[in-house]
Amino acid sequence: MTTGDRPEEPAAPSPIEARVREIAGDSAQSVDYSFDELQLRVSREAVVDVCAALKSDPELDFKYLRCLSVVDWQDELEAVYHLASLSHPHKLVIKTRAPIDDPWIPTAISVWMGADWHEREGHDLFGLEFRGHPDLSPLILYEGFEGFPGRKSYEMPEQVTFYGD
Amino acid sequence: MVTDSGLSANIVRDPVTEQAELSINMGPQHPATHGVFRMVLTLDGERVVDVYPHIGYLHRGSERLAEGENFQQITTLFDRLDYVANFNNEWVYVRAVEKAMGVDVPERADYIRLILSELNRIASHLLFYGTYGLDTGAMNPVMLGFRDRERIQQIFEGVTGARMMHNYFRIGGVKEDLPDGFVPAVRALLDQLKVGYEEARGTLTESEIFIERTAGIGAIPPEDLLDYGVTGPLLRAAGIDYDIRKADPYSIYEELDFRVPTGQTGDCYDRYMVRMLEIEQSISIVAQALDKLPDGPFLGRVPRILRPPEGDVYVHGENPRGDLGVYLVSSGGTVQPYRLKIRGPSFCNLMALPAMIRGSYLADATVILGSMDIVLGEVDR
Repeated sequence: MTTGDRPEEPAAPSPIEARVREIAGDSAQSVDYSFDELQLRVSREAVVDVCAALKSDPELDFKYLRCLSVVDWQDELEAVYHLASLSHPHKLVIKTRAPIDDPWIPTAISVWMGADWHEREGHDLFGLEFRGHPDLSPLILYEGFEGFPGRKSYEMPEQVTFYGD
Repeated sequence: MVTDSGLSANIVRDPVTEQAELSINMGPQHPATHGVFRMVLTLDGERVVDVYPHIGYLHRGSERLAEGENFQQITTLFDRLDYVANFNNEWVYVRAVEKAMGVDVPERADYIRLILSELNRIASHLLFYGTYGLDTGAMNPVMLGFRDRERIQQIFEGVTGARMMHNYFRIGGVKEDLPDGFVPAVRALLDQLKVGYEEARGTLTESEIFIERTAGIGAIPPEDLLDYGVTGPLLRAAGIDYDIRKADPYSIYEELDFRVPTGQTGDCYDRYMVRMLEIEQSISIVAQALDKLPDGPFLGRVPRILRPPEGDVYVHGENPRGDLGVYLVSSGGTVQPYRLKIRGPSFCNLMALPAMIRGSYLADATVILGSMDIVLGEVDR
């Protein structure tokens, strides 16, 4: 039996945790773990500065934005940045939230060019405005599409749920 | 100056300098876009001044659909993302759920998954080899590439019953055991693939016409590639040896002996060459895995109804096109994911397309696009 990707229990403190805390400073709302991944929560006002500092720090060197996801938590929208370093075996998750009635988060395109289409997709599907993005025209959806199909509140009439809660 | 005027060509003249730029549309129905991809090219003479890509023609809402299906059912959606590398897609998804659930995978299942995924990598690269030949004006490769790919497809059909949408990987293992005669059949297949690989040498690899056509175009600095989030053969062609099978090893890759081919300049020829060398490595990986293939169960002990604990996992794996990631959010106690985000490698690679094409000749645009080996099913999701 191989354990595959099973996370090690309990998650050992990551060697980069102290450094991440140091760089995030007062901006850090919390630093914790989900499974084996280190997670940092920051306010939306601070997220771009923290990202830029984490990227330029030689000890962390988060030059690779693996993924940028938007999650709809009904009353809030959350942007999740998955970062990785190529020179070190480090990974980090950054999370920031915006209230659903004032949905904006500053764009991270100045930090990683690769944030571009992820942010446009998040804008299309979730109506989360990435403030400062140069071109938020529809990417995935067509021009004039009504509504935000990624949100939980979007009605999908033809969807059939077989069994579940 | 991009004028998005639909289907016809459009000339925009600067009122002061009298210089004209021609804006032409390419796609979504165009044989060289490898799917329903569309780009608007702005030309100054033969030079491409700017490119504006349009995607989304194949958007099926896979991420949202997944929120309404059970964890076991979602594998079918992953088959339909990157439809020329189905096993690699399924694998990343089932690993994500296994990580969230803490499910053990029997060793035999790990080997079966690895063998099939590596064969699928070969099949995917052979498809690239064939279609890239067409992109650059050679007719032979598509015959040779499809002939060898067909042999692999027959193995897949024998194992799973389906040629494309296999739905074979299960959370905790695979659907059923390998059929009788699988190991000798794959060994014979590997020998045939080695012969085909040597034939490719004559058709493209050492062809002077092909080298003239592809060398020195499409290259951008490796730092820029990384900034755009480009991964896979495109990144390795530029000399960065980032392969998740080595950098963040999963499954049994650590036990196998293989190397990560890299290029030097990152031009279209290097990208082609990296993929060809990866075929060679994958053949070796499959041969090693066949030697070690253990007996035992093919499916672990998995609850019939999966309810992962609250939390989120991000699992990634090396797809033929790069870093495929799955971000799975579970709200705890539900049989469906709360949110499933798919990070498609082609989606991220395409972001670098304008930077790669800008400044090159129009005739090179299709060659550069072809060298990226995009699959629109996974770009649009």
